[in-house]
Amino acid sequence: MAHIISDEIMEYVGILAKLELSKEEKEQAKKDMGNLFDYIDKLNELDTDGIEPMSHIFPMENVFREDIVENQEDREAILANAPKKKNGSFQVPKTVE
Amino acid sequence: MKQYETVIGLEVHVELATKTKIFCSCSTAFGGAPNTHTCPVCTGMPGSLPVLNKKVVEYAMAVGLATNCKINQYCKFDRKNYFYPDNPQNYQISQLYLPICRDGKIEIETASGKKEIGIYEIHMEEDAGKLIHDEWDDCSLVDYNRSGVPLIEIVSKPDMCSAEEVIAYLNKLKRIIQYLGASDCKLQEGSMRADVNLSLRELGAKAYGTRTEMKNLNSFKAITRAIEGERARQIELLESGKQVVQETRRWDDNKEYSYTMRSKEDAQDYRYFPEPDLVPIVISDQWLQQIKEQQPELQDEKIVRYKKEYQIPEYDILILTSSKKMADLFEDTIALGKKPKEVSNWLMGEAMRLLKEEEKEADEISFSPIHLAKLIDLLEKGIINRTVAKEVFEVIFREDIDPEQYVEERGLKAVNDEGMIRKMIEEVIQTNHQSVVDYYAGKKKAMGFLVGQTMKAMKGKADPGMVNRILEEILNQ
Repeated sequence: MAHIISDEIMEYVGILAKLELSKEEKEQAKKDMGNLFDYIDKLNELDTDGIEPMSHIFPMENVFREDIVENQEDREAILANAPKKKNGSFQVPKTVE
Repeated sequence: MKQYETVIGLEVHVELATKTKIFCSCSTAFGGAPNTHTCPVCTGMPGSLPVLNKKVVEYAMAVGLATNCKINQYCKFDRKNYFYPDNPQNYQISQLYLPICRDGKIEIETASGKKEIGIYEIHMEEDAGKLIHDEWDDCSLVDYNRSGVPLIEIVSKPDMCSAEEVIAYLNKLKRIIQYLGASDCKLQEGSMRADVNLSLRELGAKAYGTRTEMKNLNSFKAITRAIEGERARQIELLESGKQVVQETRRWDDNKEYSYTMRSKEDAQDYRYFPEPDLVPIVISDQWLQQIKEQQPELQDEKIVRYKKEYQIPEYDILILTSSKKMADLFEDTIALGKKPKEVSNWLMGEAMRLLKEEEKEADEISFSPIHLAKLIDLLEKGIINRTVAKEVFEVIFREDIDPEQYVEERGLKAVNDEGMIRKMIEEVIQTNHQSVVDYYAGKKKAMGFLVGQTMKAMKGKADPGMVNRILEEILNQ
């Protein structure tokens, strides 16, 4: 049961992911995504009637921290990863609201 | 023209008063230098893992209980995906499918009476960073100090129909949350933010019209103007046969006009999915009970009790209970043995006057009930007169001084020595001969002037009643 990904879907996914793909890349991505869906379809072969949907595979709940400040200022380290920085801030292309 | 009914629902974001962020132990302190309260978690570094702040859950439960919500004892977080530089992870951790609170309501009161406003849900989420536009380089600078500050979003049902009701609702929420200590709820500083969803429908119609959402409303005045402006804009569209477009609009309070931010056509597909980095929250009956027991007495309950316990006017009760700080001060001073009416007079009169003068909120009052009680004591025992007491109150209000010590040090004790007052009056009469002549000529005002001169000569410490009596006695001899 092969999934066919339409050009429209590919275009839309590209916009959502902010990706600009060449024609060849798009064709490849359509194939990959189709395969992905085929693989996921395998799960439908299982009988899941009466099974609660789960959001987590670990049988864990209530992992909390207390409200105590522990992090010290380390701006240099944080900004070390910025492609561009200015005045102690990350510099990004102009955003318009 | 057709008659239109305005339908308004609000989305209110409230920054919680925790010391640390929702998913990391960075400080939430306001006003630090850019990016000094950041870490790999709140700047979205790959591989970092969020850990939930327990206090956030407790504040959310407290607000939910106080607004008559049902607490979802099994709740979890979801990921809301979008790209914007103020959001370094490219997703916001929020709650969509199982928010912590559902189906609440609060009662508001306006000139047209009491009304119930439904609350659809309250969910927990993280705040975004702050973008500052840099004119020099035509770029934007991002400060992530606010990124990850805990928020609750309170979503109302579309139950309001005027700016007046919206303000009443916001004030009510603000009071409740301030009483709980869950937030300071300052619109100007952004710790309380309201987005207004507004639509119109013909009077009597059942179906809702197309709504718009308005953002950037940071004062009650702006909210009122924006609601009135948007209602007028939509009426104009409908009356000219056009349609209202579902969109997000940004209110510009200087221009008193709103602009389209984004419309439905490019509405974002947020692709929510269960947050895999956080495990579910299970609220036990015991935990819920513990939060219930910790709930303070809220304003509505205080109003009822004050009416029963204290003989003070209803208006005074409303003002005294409008902030928890004020109500606590009132109750604590009474607990020290002072009469409710006298304590209320000081708070309603002098304290409110000084708050207004200094443009402060009642929550910013910082003096001790012990000092107010001592001041009332000094006055009741006649150690100081009311004029001096008012001056001393100002110093207590500003610097929280001990009035006994202050009165002693400054020599402000009332002079009740008749001989001394009599001597002073005689001097005043001699130096103000004209006023005496005026008095005998029937000008009653002259009397007041002479009393004033005597009080001035005695640096305000004499008992004005006594000055009056002795002066009359001397003049009528």
